[in-house]
Order: sequence, then structure tokens, then C-alpha cells
Amino acid sequence: MQYEIKVNGKTQKVEAEPGTPLLWVLRDELDMTGTKFGCGVASCGACTVHLDGTPSRACQTFIEDAVDYDITTIEGAETKVAKAVQEAWREEDVVQCGYCQSGQIMSAIGLLTENPSPSEEDINSYMNGNACRCATYVRIKSAIKRASDKLEA
Amino acid sequence: MTATTLSRRHFLQASGAGAAALVIGLNAKGALAASTSASDINPFVRIEADGTVTAILKHFEMGQGTTTGLTTLIAEELDADWNKVAIEFAPADNSKYANLLFGMQGTGGSTAIANSYMQYRQAGAAARQLLIEAAAKMWKVPAADIRIENSILMNGNNKAHFGEFAAMAAKMPVPEKPAIKEPKDFRLIGKADLPRKDSHGKTDGTATFAIDVKVPGMVYAAIKRSPRFGGVVTSFDASDAKDVGGFLDAKTLPNNAGVVVFAKNTWAAFQARDALTVEWDFSKAESRSSDQISADMKTVIESPEFNTRKGITNAQSEEKLGMAAKVVEQSFDFPFLAHAPMEPVNCVIEPTENGVTVHDGCQFPALTQPVVAQVLGLKPEQVTINTVYAGGSFGRRANPTSDYHLEAAMAFALLGKSKAVKLVWSREDDIHGGYYRPVARHQAKIGVDKDGKILNWSHKIAAKSIMKGTSFEAFAVHDGVDHSSVEGIADSLYGLPEFAVGLSDVQTPVPTLWWRSVGHTHTAYAIESLMDMVASETGQDPIDLRLSLLDKSDTKQRRFAGVMEAARDKSGWKKGNKRGFAAHYSFNTYVAVVADISVQDDTVHVDEVHVAVDCGVAINPDVIRAQMEGGVGYALGAILHSEITLSDGEVDQTNFPDYPTLRINEMPKVNVHIVTSNEAPTGVGEPAVPPTGPAVANAIFAVTGKRITDLPMIKSGLSFS
Repeated sequence: MQYEIKVNGKTQKVEAEPGTPLLWVLRDELDMTGTKFGCGVASCGACTVHLDGTPSRACQTFIEDAVDYDITTIEGAETKVAKAVQEAWREEDVVQCGYCQSGQIMSAIGLLTENPSPSEEDINSYMNGNACRCATYVRIKSAIKRASDKLEA
Repeated sequence: MTATTLSRRHFLQASGAGAAALVIGLNAKGALAASTSASDINPFVRIEADGTVTAILKHFEMGQGTTTGLTTLIAEELDADWNKVAIEFAPADNSKYANLLFGMQGTGGSTAIANSYMQYRQAGAAARQLLIEAAAKMWKVPAADIRIENSILMNGNNKAHFGEFAAMAAKMPVPEKPAIKEPKDFRLIGKADLPRKDSHGKTDGTATFAIDVKVPGMVYAAIKRSPRFGGVVTSFDASDAKDVGGFLDAKTLPNNAGVVVFAKNTWAAFQARDALTVEWDFSKAESRSSDQISADMKTVIESPEFNTRKGITNAQSEEKLGMAAKVVEQSFDFPFLAHAPMEPVNCVIEPTENGVTVHDGCQFPALTQPVVAQVLGLKPEQVTINTVYAGGSFGRRANPTSDYHLEAAMAFALLGKSKAVKLVWSREDDIHGGYYRPVARHQAKIGVDKDGKILNWSHKIAAKSIMKGTSFEAFAVHDGVDHSSVEGIADSLYGLPEFAVGLSDVQTPVPTLWWRSVGHTHTAYAIESLMDMVASETGQDPIDLRLSLLDKSDTKQRRFAGVMEAARDKSGWKKGNKRGFAAHYSFNTYVAVVADISVQDDTVHVDEVHVAVDCGVAINPDVIRAQMEGGVGYALGAILHSEITLSDGEVDQTNFPDYPTLRINEMPKVNVHIVTSNEAPTGVGEPAVPPTGPAVANAIFAVTGKRITDLPMIKSGLSFS
């Protein structure tokens, strides 16, 4: 079937079987590979994108539902908060293998957009759905705090 | 597009004949040589006519920081501008890019920096020397009067970038032993805040992993493997799979290990694969449950097959128990563990004019190249490897059988060798797929006299051998002993009297593999828990006890004691405090850990972990810190939560919900202290893992009185937050 989805402000026509997760449409059809496959069951957060600004798991968003939203992926993360988060991530040198980091960053942007100065507990509870096997968590926390400071400055 | 996303082909075109570049690498005799083109030399460093410096990395990047580490070595000697040095992964070439500690091209065992330290510095130093000599000629000034700052050559009013002299330098003879810097002149080595080379692309979605590779006409593949390890396909029915949109075909793999499904995209491949009905022959498969395997291990451990410390058997060691005032006796049980890298294993095989290209986060080109070549009837050199970033490995991608490359090659062949194939494992494939950290059991009997002095240490291990039956057997198995089953204990640095270590191999078709820190994952937990037990039962401070077993006139023991003292002092350790301590020597690196926990209503939280590490010269202190943090977290996730169990031979776990790993709320604060050292640099990817588990276990004992010996800890009745 053909669907029309709006990704990073651009409307795109895609061919996909009904029930195909947005994740695979982005990756295999639109060649937008910044959004990653980690588990396929919404348990790791590597596929986090924003639907109308809210972090959501692209592996559990069917293509027929995705048509209703403005979709933002890591490639289109351009808000002031997004820039602050990416800068902070680089300044803290958060990444190791880096595979989960698109998802971590998309979640962190969601957190700081909703809550510009999150406490340690806020961070733990909001970021809990994003797994990092390299365990870069110490730096994820520092980077979120750093981004928060940047946004308040 | 960054340099790292360039394909090998593109790279050859870009740097082919005509481009006035300077490349430094090894010639056919294995000596450093210079050339103008990468087509006749596989280099370590390339300098373009526009002055761009590219470090060519013989080790892949799985997060451990080699892109930063190896590049630091080149840039240091070259006095290059750090921010402008590009990186590129080397092609497969055993003759030029061998890991000097393995004799073949591959990454593992925390060796990347250790084996490259002099080689990459010398390559950078050779480039520097040639550029200076070329500039001296052109400017007609003495070479000694030319200096380099941030990639600019300078003498008086003369100033020019590297590229201006690249062509000229490329024609000059390379000094046999280029002069490398004195440590006092280091500008980048040891610099605290040198930014990682792979940070940018990994924070904006542009970094390329194998799973991101797409080539024209590519077909997607997924495989249905036997639900029991060792089972083989007898027949299959794809009628339901054919109803999946995007399904193309299904075929039995030539080795009968599974059925491969071809489809138009990854999702269709997974769906169609799940819709297959396959009949299996389980006659040679593992059909036991974990309980039975454990029971069998309890039997085999009693009579060790191998006596791994020459000159003393367990029975001889245990003769001393009669004289002991106290006997510390304890067993430990360790489960299978999956590596579960965030990027499930996958690769793309693409046909080329002269063979194939494998696009992969390739950890061991020396293994992958011949395996793929053999399946496809090619010569190894006809298999080009395009190494891209690997989304974690923890050992999984370095496999003597090159399992997923072998599968992809079989799939590519089944499809007629004319279309590119991308084989992707799902997370369920990964958790079910074997190549686990082996199950292991330890049993120890330690006699102590009335003064708390250890009289004997009788230790028995039962574990499945990782190396036996693989191409690594000749290299790693001696007199029947797979060293990786006993490393960290049979070769312990502690001076233990009457110390015997018996080993029994556990037999099972479940495939096993090195898992971040290999045998040390269990040996350190056992020995460091036992140390704590001896200390507590004899009323000694656990750090003092350990120090009393080390002889500081021996360099290794002195350095081991050094990290213990550093961890003690930096953490503010006091005798009798309710904290956990453990230390371990692995991969030539020394790590000591103090763990602080809090316990509320049987819920444990690990608050803070203090790590002291001695890894020789600290090339990238921040990468070392990152590896200590990550090693602590990786160990902690496994120790607290992770296990793979079998029911009638089938893996019980499926995905992250039932194979939980560490999450952000459980991550402790980590304080890293790097011991200053002028010794040669050693690895940091693995050594933080071994002591973390026992330090936490010892802290739990100190606070709760509970000694956890059956992993994961969640089985103890405690919960963790």
C-alpha cells in the first residue's frame, strides 16, 4: 500500500505493507538509518523518534498510524533543545559504540523539552527505557545536566 | 560525508595514481616505507596534497575508543592538528595490518593500543621526519631548524602545511628507526580532554554501522535456526511465509543449520521467517535443561581432568586441611551469558567485479575473509572487507567460526551470487543464538591457621572450553588445558601456598565464546569473594590480607598492590567499614574496586564505585575513564540480572524484557583514578569487568551478611534498584 508520512517537515510517499513498523519504513525505504533497531519490542529505546514532539518507539508505531503525526528523527533534530543536547553529548564524550545514542538523544530532547531542569530522579525515570550496553549512563546523566545548564543560561 | 563513511573503493579512487599524497606503511619486507599512492602500499597514515591527514586504523571501533587511541599515536608524532585528522578503517590485509600480539588482523583481548603503540607512533614519526626533510630541501634550511605546530611546518618566515611537501617526501627513503618523541614532549598522549574522534557522527545519526548499509538490488535475509543447539533441518514448509508481503524465497542452508528467508526488506524477512514451519533432527542436539547441566557439572567438578598448576594436585593441597584452625569452603555457580550488543549482528555481502565485498563491523578480518572465501570458492584476497562502526561487540563479533559471515555467505551463494544480501539477526536471534559466556562452577577449600594465615588453597573449576574444537585450539590449549577456563586464578598474582587448581571440561553442544574479559568473568568473582571470606572469617582487613600475599619486589605484584593502595586511599577506605573491595589483574592491566551500596528492605542499590587502574602510559585518560565506567556497568548488569537458561535444550529467554541488562537508574557513580605509570600501555576495554562483581558481592556481604555465590544476584532473594 502507499502511505504519505511527514518526516522532518517533509511529506514523503512510501510503499509498505499495512502493519509495517515505522522503524523499517524509515530505515529500509527512506534510507534514514539514524533511527536504530535494537529489540523490536519497545524495550530498548534505540528506535526512539518524536511523534508530534513526543518520544515514541518507532518499532511499535505502525505505518498506518504514523500518517497521523509529524515525525521527527535524529536527522531532523534541530530545535534549540536538540542542539543543546547534541552539543552536551559531544562535550561530555558520551558515546562509545554509539548505536543506542540516537535513541538516547531523542529521549533526552523529549525530557528537556518537557522539563528543562530535571532532577536525578527525573532523569532516571524518563531515560529508563533507553538501554545502553556500553553503559554510558554516567555521561548521559552529565550531558543531560549540561544541556539543561546551557538552556537555562 | 566523513572520511569514515567512505568505502574502500572510493578511498582507492580518491588516493589513486596522480594524487600527490604521502602514505606511510609497511612494504613487502615488513619495513616502514613511503609512497605517493595507497595502491601500492597499505598505509597507517596518508597525507593528501591539501594537507589532510588520515589515520588508517587496523583495529575496528566497537566503542572501546581505538579510533581515538590509534589516531592519537599518529597525530602525536606528526604534531598534527587533532581536530583536522580524519580516520578510516583499514582493509583486510594480514601482511600489513596484523595485530602484532596475534600474528593476524583482528581486535580483542584488550590489545589494540598495546600492540599498536610503537607501530603507529613510528609511522607518524616517519611521516614527520620525511616532511621536515622535504621542507628543509625546499627552503634550503637545516632540518633541525624546522618545527611543526598543528600540522604547519615552520622556519622563520617560511610556513606551509603538510600537503606542500607530501609529494616530495613520498620519494624519500624512510629512516629505519624514525626518532619518536620523549614522553616529556607529549602533547596529545595523556591529554585529559582530547575529544573522541567518533563523537560527532554518533550524535547526529550519520555514523554508518553495518545494519545501515544499503547497496543497489540488495535482498534482505533472516534465518530460522534450530531451537536446540546442534539440531539440523529435515524439512520445512514455507506456505504461510509466502503470504507475507515482500517474501521472495526460502531455502535450507547447505549445512542444514537453518532455513534462510529472502525478502524485500528487513521486516518482511523477519515476518516470513517467523511464519516458517521447520522440522528438525535433534539427535545430536543439547536437550538437557539448565538444572540437569548444573547437576552434571557438580559431578564432573569433583574429579578434575586437568591439574592446571603443575606439581600439586587438589588432593595434595587438601592434605593441609587437617592442620587448619579454620576451613573456608565455598562453591560458586555462573550462568551462560549473551553478549547482547545493541546492534544485533548482521552484515552485507555484495558482488564485485573480482569477488565480493563484506560490509561489516568486522572484528576479525583474518577469520572472516577465509571463511567467506571458502564458501564462495574465492581466494581470500577476492573478499574485500569494508569495516564500518560496530554497535558493540563485547566479544560477540570475534568468532573463530565467523558464524554470521558464514551464514551470510551461504545465503549469498543460495541466491546465485549475483545479488547483494544483507543478513540481519533479530534480538530474539541474538538471545537464542548461543556463543555465550560458558556456564562455570567453582569449588574451593581453603585452610587457615589460628593466626589467619592461609595454609592451602584447593580450587576446582568446571567450565565449557571456549577454544577446544576451534581454529584457536592450537594457540590457546596446552596439555589439554584451555587457559581461558582458568585464567585469573591458575595464574593469580597472589602468593598462595599449596595452591592447586583442577579443571574439568563441561561437555555441551551449546556454543560458547569469549565475553568481555573471558574467563576472568568468573574466576575473579570466585577468587575475590573467597579472599573476602578468608578476611572476614579471620578478622582481617580484606585489603591488608591481599597486600600480605603480594611481594613488592616483583614488578607485577608491586603494580597490583599499587592499585589496591590507590583504591583504598582514594575511596577513603577504613578498616571495618561496610564496603566491598576486590582487585584483579587481567589483560596486563591492574584494577582495584571499592563498591559502596545502600540497602533498604532487601533492595540493594549500588551507589558509588571507586576504580583504580594501572594500564601503563595513559594515552587517552578520558577513554580510559569511559572504559572503566562502561566496564563497571557491563559487569553490574550481568551480575545483578542476566542469565541464559535452557528448558529441554531450548533457551528460555527471548529479548530484553526477560534478559534484562543494566538501566540508567541502576548505574552507580564511578570515580576513576588512573595510576601514573611509564610502563608500556596495556588494554582497558575488559579489565574493569572482573573486579566489579566481587566488589559488589563483598559490599552486600559487609552490609547484609549475605554471601551471594549463585549468579545472577537476583536469584538471592534480594532486589536491585
